Amino acid sequence: MEILIYGIVNSFKLILIAFGFTLVYGTSRLPNFAHGAIFVFTGFVAWIMMHKLNLPFLPAALLSLACAALVGVVIYQFILKRIRGMNMNEIIATYAIGVALIETFRWLGFKGTTFTLPVVKEGVVFIADVPVDYQRLMVVAVGLVMLAAVWAFTKFTRTGRALRGIAQDERAAMMLGIDSDMTATLAMALGSALSGLAALMLFPLGSIVVEAGYNTLIFALAVCMVGGIGSWSGTVLAAFVLGFLQVVTVTYLATHFQMVVTLAAIIATLILKPSGFFGKHKELEERV
Amino acid sequence: MAMLTVNRLTKKFGGITALDGIDFSIEKGEVMGVIGPNGSGKTTLINCITGFIKATAGDIIFNGRNIRGMKPHKIVNLGICRTFQIMRPYSSLPAYKNLIIPLYGPRARKTGGWRGGGRHGDRNIIALDLLEEVGFERESKVPYKLAGTLPTGYLKRLELARCLALNPDLLICDEVFSGLSMSEIASMVPLIEKLNKSGVTIIMIEHRLKELFRVARRVMAISYGEKIVEGSPEEVMANEKVKEAYLGA
Amino acid sequence: MQTEKRKERIDRGIKIRSDGIYALSSWREITYLIAPRFLLIGGLLAAPLLLHFFPYWQKVLLIICIYALLSMAFDFLANYVGLVCLGGSFFVGVGGYGAALLNKYLLLSPLISIPLAALFGAAFCTLLLLPCLPLRGVYFAIITLMYPLMMTRIIEAFELFGGTNGMMDIQGFGNPWIEQYFLVVATLVFLFALRRLSVEDLGLVIRGIKDNDQSVRASGINITFIKAQAIFYASFLGCFAGAYLAHVYMWAGLSMFALDFSIIPIAATVVGGGGSLLGAVLGAILLVPLSEVLRAFGPLRIVVYSLILTVVIVIKGEGLLNYLSRKYHQFERWVEI
Repeated sequence: MEILIYGIVNSFKLILIAFGFTLVYGTSRLPNFAHGAIFVFTGFVAWIMMHKLNLPFLPAALLSLACAALVGVVIYQFILKRIRGMNMNEIIATYAIGVALIETFRWLGFKGTTFTLPVVKEGVVFIADVPVDYQRLMVVAVGLVMLAAVWAFTKFTRTGRALRGIAQDERAAMMLGIDSDMTATLAMALGSALSGLAALMLFPLGSIVVEAGYNTLIFALAVCMVGGIGSWSGTVLAAFVLGFLQVVTVTYLATHFQMVVTLAAIIATLILKPSGFFGKHKELEERV
Repeated sequence: MAMLTVNRLTKKFGGITALDGIDFSIEKGEVMGVIGPNGSGKTTLINCITGFIKATAGDIIFNGRNIRGMKPHKIVNLGICRTFQIMRPYSSLPAYKNLIIPLYGPRARKTGGWRGGGRHGDRNIIALDLLEEVGFERESKVPYKLAGTLPTGYLKRLELARCLALNPDLLICDEVFSGLSMSEIASMVPLIEKLNKSGVTIIMIEHRLKELFRVARRVMAISYGEKIVEGSPEEVMANEKVKEAYLGA
Repeated sequence: MQTEKRKERIDRGIKIRSDGIYALSSWREITYLIAPRFLLIGGLLAAPLLLHFFPYWQKVLLIICIYALLSMAFDFLANYVGLVCLGGSFFVGVGGYGAALLNKYLLLSPLISIPLAALFGAAFCTLLLLPCLPLRGVYFAIITLMYPLMMTRIIEAFELFGGTNGMMDIQGFGNPWIEQYFLVVATLVFLFALRRLSVEDLGLVIRGIKDNDQSVRASGINITFIKAQAIFYASFLGCFAGAYLAHVYMWAGLSMFALDFSIIPIAATVVGGGGSLLGAVLGAILLVPLSEVLRAFGPLRIVVYSLILTVVIVIKGEGLLNYLSRKYHQFERWVEI
């Protein structure tokens, strides 16, 4: 029972972390290696707003989300736009920007465990005799709401449909008058905001540390790789598989096997089904 | 015995059936043409035979051996070589250096490749000989130019030369005439004929029917992944289904 | 009426002729061809002597060579094979721990343990990277990004090889001259070996994979095997650098998986100019002293490198070496239109 509940919670953590990356890659084929950095960035911005500017949690959260989206837009407009299509340079540039962001925080002295975000509501509930605190329930709830929102957005709104269109066939979508730059900017903004949302939900469970930037990136990439890079349903499924796998490992083995298991999952995926669970069916192009 | 026999070859992409039970066989020394409207599955057929994509069902028997599901490079080393429809040469290398790559491969080294030169001798010289064979002017600068700067006519020849370097038993040409001017085609046709005389079996996928019928004795027409007719060029052109496929009902 | 002028650039004839054949017609031409090479070889070989009275800068020279090796590995993978390696530190770490193990348990002296560690380390790295080789695109970048970070976590968690403290008391070189010349000579040898490889037939195949992998497969070549070979060479350089570091610091630890070893080589290659291997070395020679200047600022170093890297990429810089060699091989003059 414990495994079931914590497995679900953990899976939603992974969904929150990974969905932003998938969204951007799925729609615009942009590997945003600055994903983890934006995660940490949002955490610290929220902290600064709450403790230095004395804002209450909700405005601070919203403002920091806006900041995250802005960072995404800036990265696209000033960097990615100019090197779009050059796969190698996209990877290097986003990674470099991510590292620069994370290490700037380290340099500014944001170290140690003194930086925390408040939980939305204190307290613990018992579900089938398993204690779960409200924040963890919030993670699940927010994850569900986010999935539903993204689904509704891409299904029912004009811009959302444009995003889906460009994800399916960029050239055809461009012929129909969908601006590839606009959608990519939007995707980056959304993806970064989602990463920020993940930060706001997950940092209250611990403290804000710079290393989280790299760890988040690793887990996001792991989930995306297992699920098939760019595939939304694959990401969700992979998040559940990895989420439960990790919880099972922690319960039966030990915490530090988590990394090993994740790595093993990735390698197994690469060997057995390289395109991931729901990877796009491109035998000729993806696999060589 | 037939050199290559394809039995009930089927390929499905998700829900779409790209090839639906194609059967055909080709004897050693033959030239066979494959025609069909755009999107009828011609290139998919080649990709399946050469192993670049995996067929869903069916058998591909080459010299008595089922090669379905084998890796592309293994199939090449058995003697089936193909050209690509979309020309992407090794653009950062000079044209003649492009041929070093096939000459370096195990097939060229084992069988000797083109005129036995792949096993021994200077690969650069063999590459230049090969280019001259397919119609590059040896004394000019063309063979030394970067492949990325060559015009289409030369690229098609370069692609053909890449296959020749491998000393193929069966050569599959994917639209070698498309994108060429009439005079360029006129100079390519004798090349194909010469190749065939030297004992190479050839399958040609082509839209240029007139030129195709000059070299191919037997033609197969496919439409929507199904074989509709097979026979001599005249028979195929007279067939109602072929007319329908090309011109619409 | 004002006459307009434009700059005319003409390639020096010798550049065209010397491509593939030897230009031996006059001393001038010979000098023209070997001067840049001589400058590099002579410069590097003389540096330990010249810096004899500045021990601190001798250390910097060693670090330059280490980063030159790593940059070469990155450049080779990125611009010849077409694989972006975001985790150069993985190679360093594997090499470092390898040398430490060989030295501690088999008591091998540095001159033996370094090449052996490089060899085994390269085999180990190639094996671990093998699963992502049949795939194109971002997979290799992702995997190489993950490995060093995961290695750190795993070593920390399982307390492997001394855990967070690392492995201490590894034998040093003893003689500083051997220590320096071993690395300098090795760097030069690797540089010219890799450059030679890239014009040999195997090198052409490797470059062919970057241009069009399908066509290489259609030529009957197993590209996964060729890629694995290329990775073996690149990781050999990386592991060599790591193994050497372990013996110089007489310590192998988690900081060998640090980000510096991943980012600085990328920055050096991009700044120096990719695609020639020499550019990577030049980049290392420029950036490492800068890094020493910035040492006091700690993490800021990485920030600076990342920013330099991004700026150069965004303005589509061709890199210093490519610029210089273009100037070296061209006449320039103003002509009236």
